[in-house]
Amino acid sequence: MDLSLSTRTVPGAGGDRTVVEVGGEIDVYTAPKLREQLVELVNDGSYHLVVDMEGVDFLDSTGLGVLVGGLKRVRAHEGSLRLVCNQERILKIFRITGLTKVFPIHTSVDEAVNAVD
Amino acid sequence: MATVELRFSAQPEHVRTARLVAAAVARRAGVDEAVLDEVRLAVGEACSRAVGLHRLGGVTTPIRVVLTEEEKTFSIEVGDEVPGPGAAGVPGARAEAPAEESDEGDGEDEMGLAVIRGLVDDVEVTAGKDGGTIRMSWPITPADAEADILS
Repeated sequence: MDLSLSTRTVPGAGGDRTVVEVGGEIDVYTAPKLREQLVELVNDGSYHLVVDMEGVDFLDSTGLGVLVGGLKRVRAHEGSLRLVCNQERILKIFRITGLTKVFPIHTSVDEAVNAVD
Repeated sequence: MATVELRFSAQPEHVRTARLVAAAVARRAGVDEAVLDEVRLAVGEACSRAVGLHRLGGVTTPIRVVLTEEEKTFSIEVGDEVPGPGAAGVPGARAEAPAEESDEGDGEDEMGLAVIRGLVDDVEVTAGKDGGTIRMSWPITPADAEADILS
């Protein structure tokens, strides 16, 4: 399955948040598309991102690298990158790599959008 | 001993095919359903790494995946043909990781290996002058044992 991406702006407790809904498989082939999307959003001035991974069937280290890259970019603008994920198979990869300490991971888009540091 | 062998050119789009084939063969061999996700992820990581090494080194030969079903284990061997130690000066020889950070993407090779080591208990990474190999294996649930549980 290919990667699907859609973005929308949602008002949150701390201001507008850009929600990126990701579906399908994020791997060495599809990750560049996600990278392009994140880079484009930051270049357009969206610095507070919520990546909704509920529709993701597969995630590998290339995908993790893209998310870390996105985090690096938004942080350069004092922004944030929050993840939404409840899938154990995906959460496991974040745990193995220690990235649960790097990314705030939420159980719903609503929770992520309204989270403030 | 049943073996399935797969060879694919170093294109990222083929990694998914390798994952699907590996998971299908592992399931048939009797690898526990709960572990199949790990097999899929580990073989994907190993293949992504090999694709990266081939492309970086300009190596045009295919990447080799060997799936072997043994009596008690199921093993996967992913081999690249990028020359390693002892092959200094050979064009395409695997380079040391660049010291400076370029942008995202750097360190993915290491992260891929970290994921594999985190997932698979039995893993062996070797690099020789003819290329590198990642060998991983998982236990098989014997058909008899399964029958006992079901009865």
